[in-house]
Amino acid sequence: MAVAAEAGRASESAAQRPSVQIVPVKGLPIVALVLAGVVVAITRNQTWGLTFCHVVGGGLWTGIDLFVGFVVGPILARMTIAARVEFSTRFMPMMLLIMPTIVTMTLAAGFQLARLEGFLDTSNPRHGWVVASFCVVGVMAVIALAYLEPANVAVLFELRKLEPDGDVIAKLMRRFVYTAGITGVMQISTLLIMTKLAS
Amino acid sequence: MTTADLQAVWTRPFERRMPPVTEIGAASMVAVVVGVIYLSAYLPKRAPLGVAVAMFVIAAALQLTNAVLIARLRDFAWRRFFQVARWALLAYAVIAGVIEYAFIYDHTHGDLLVVMTFGLVLFMLNVPVLIAFTVARYEATRPSSPSSAA
Repeated sequence: MAVAAEAGRASESAAQRPSVQIVPVKGLPIVALVLAGVVVAITRNQTWGLTFCHVVGGGLWTGIDLFVGFVVGPILARMTIAARVEFSTRFMPMMLLIMPTIVTMTLAAGFQLARLEGFLDTSNPRHGWVVASFCVVGVMAVIALAYLEPANVAVLFELRKLEPDGDVIAKLMRRFVYTAGITGVMQISTLLIMTKLAS
Repeated sequence: MTTADLQAVWTRPFERRMPPVTEIGAASMVAVVVGVIYLSAYLPKRAPLGVAVAMFVIAAALQLTNAVLIARLRDFAWRRFFQVARWALLAYAVIAGVIEYAFIYDHTHGDLLVVMTFGLVLFMLNVPVLIAFTVARYEATRPSSPSSAA
């Protein structure tokens, strides 16, 4: 009943809600610039460029996952549906651009760095840690691509409706919060693996 | 007529039962990831391809199952499904293109390149379907028959 009442209030606030843009078009040139930078670093086999892309991208990816999973997520779970709608309208489109970009940046540069440093070679004593990082990234990729991203896009489409369904938003946001929490936990193991590789 | 009124006549998306497309898609993705990790763990040496091929065949079978399950759906927002799938496919084709470039740049060739490309294509096709299905399942649709409205 409370959910239905909240959904009603969410519907009432539809008129005041900012218009939802699924993909923030203004951000696309920045994404193109970042990806071009990664391609240049890979093509030139430039250690500094690759390290920069991997460290900056990885730092942002880990930081955002931990922050969303352990700080934003629990706060969001306790907010009213109307407040979640308000927050998601502004938050989700940005995540839709930021996360795939920094993930691509981190993984592409990281793989090339591992190749250059010889970590990919099975005879390298740190090879096991690289394979462990592949496994962690694999689990995170499945969670993010199969559950988190579809929920993110579906919330945005629901918010574009004249009268969004509060139940649908609540369900999808719950999925978003849980999966963000799981990827947050996985990021702790990434930190352990990466510090082990670097030391 | 408001959306709430329409939803009283049309099938309310939240209450509609759907096949486990997301779960099957996730299982397919796990198979692709296992295959890719198996191949990558051997780099730069050449991995025996059998395990990876088996994983990719399982992934392809799961995606085919998903395609059949989705094709059999009634009262489904097909327009929205194809709209989202088209744009998502474009985005993932760009990502897959960059990864394929990296394979070729790293001198991957022969049957290893064929197997890696097969895995990449499976990944590229799977994600847009999952995104499009999740969006379309919450769209209100007019039921085609009284029995399908339940």
